[in-house]
Amino acid sequence: MAVPAAGIAVATGAIPLDHARAEAERLGPVVGFLAAVLVLAHFCAAEGLFQACGAWMARWAAGRPVRLLTAVFALASAITAVLSLDATIVLLTPVVFATAARTGVRPKPHVYACTHLSNTASLLLPVSNLTNLLAFAASGLSFTGFAALMALPWLAAIAVEYVVFRRFFARDLTAAAPAAPDTAAPPRMPLFAVVTVACTLTGFVVASAFGVDPAWVAAAGALVLAGRALARRTATPLTVVRAAAPAFLAFVLALGIVVRAVVDNGLAGVLGHVLPGGTGLPALLGVAALAAALANLINNLPAVLVLLPLAAPAGPGAVLAVLLGVNIGPNLTYAGSLATLLWRRIVHQHEHGVDLGEFTRLGLIAVPSSLAAAVVALWGSLQVL
Amino acid sequence: MRVIAWLTEGTWPACVDAVRAHAPRAAEVVLLHVSGPDVPGLAHGAFAGLLGRGHPERDPGDLLEALGGTSAARLLDAAAERLGRPCVREERSGRVEREVVAAAEGAGLLVLARDGDRSRLGPRSLGPAVRFAVDHAPCPVLLVWPEPAPGLATIPPAPPHRP
Repeated sequence: MAVPAAGIAVATGAIPLDHARAEAERLGPVVGFLAAVLVLAHFCAAEGLFQACGAWMARWAAGRPVRLLTAVFALASAITAVLSLDATIVLLTPVVFATAARTGVRPKPHVYACTHLSNTASLLLPVSNLTNLLAFAASGLSFTGFAALMALPWLAAIAVEYVVFRRFFARDLTAAAPAAPDTAAPPRMPLFAVVTVACTLTGFVVASAFGVDPAWVAAAGALVLAGRALARRTATPLTVVRAAAPAFLAFVLALGIVVRAVVDNGLAGVLGHVLPGGTGLPALLGVAALAAALANLINNLPAVLVLLPLAAPAGPGAVLAVLLGVNIGPNLTYAGSLATLLWRRIVHQHEHGVDLGEFTRLGLIAVPSSLAAAVVALWGSLQVL
Repeated sequence: MRVIAWLTEGTWPACVDAVRAHAPRAAEVVLLHVSGPDVPGLAHGAFAGLLGRGHPERDPGDLLEALGGTSAARLLDAAAERLGRPCVREERSGRVEREVVAAAEGAGLLVLARDGDRSRLGPRSLGPAVRFAVDHAPCPVLLVWPEPAPGLATIPPAPPHRP
């Protein structure tokens, strides 16, 4: 869809060819980084990391819903931060659902927690979210600098979500049947995958200290896991390529070019007037709110592509405020944005069956409060660091 | 006479115990579980929000629907064991409250458990689904507390008498 649109944009001269090439060169490393993280997450799942997570959660919660929610918050936050939001949505959510169902706990609050945290907990590291990778490239921050500035906002946003969830789902969280005795075998720790991921994380910090692009570290981690699977013949080269989602990578490149064309042809001027300047607390709040609103209209990927060139001149503070908005904001709208929702309506993909009233009420409470807490925390971090 | 016990995660043992205590020996007991579309729908929506990850076979919502089926079967197995007498297991999927009302058509008794705020006596102890089923049930209803009922002191004092 986006690839032909990018072709049209270039062919009709809506974007000069050298601009398109510059955009592709800028996005190239980001896309490579993303591919590596996707492969890393895929082989962590293949090694059984997420099944082990389910078994740990079930043991620790022992059929008590509130404890399970706490475990889901901890695991979903960690997995989103390290292996990206895709991993939480595609790989962790089914495990959380199965764990809740197996231990006699109502699954709804826990599945909601996965969907919310896949957004809210994707603030910490550049690898947590594609939006972060894009902003990371534009911000000029080092890997550790990014993580240091975002640590406090990440914790603040998750803490607010937790309080909101405990209150919002209080009824569902009191319903617990006497848990069936856990007959499952004790979880086997996928040691190799965990150690590889830990080494990759350490590698990010070391590489950033020596000025090496962390994308190389991610690629190395992905190669180790993929190489092991290939050597043991549990995967084929085709599996590895599919895990890297080449169609998605092409989509990101094409989307970047389309958005560049739209921005070049007037959107920059319009938004430039609306976007607050400076890095004081009110300005950061304004930037984050605008970013959240835009993400809910057109989805967070295009939103961050539109806003980054406008925010980048004001420094890393403004760029990170944009990120807070586009990462936390999508919790407000089912399917992440009105554009996706309309698109799904048009193509009749699914009769979604979700109680949109409940979804939106939760979003209206959780999004503004966690976003405000995260922006204040970011402002505080910017003063100190 | 047919007795329908609507079982949900967390509160089903109380319904099974109520059937054991109150259903006539000769009654045909139906253990009913309804899977709603809302939880898989959440996963569908989150996946749709991942713009551009076009592989529909990776959609976690489909997996949740399949997992929901197995967990419902397991719940009904556990309930049948607790009941300890012959019974029919019925799994339905769809709008939960409407499926329950439809299943109760022609029944002699519908047994269900409160699903709201159970810290005090009062209308809030019924959540929206149970409220709908109680209001629309085409048969007698036995409404049970999943745990021992709260005390009478949880009722707010009566409003002052008006002449």
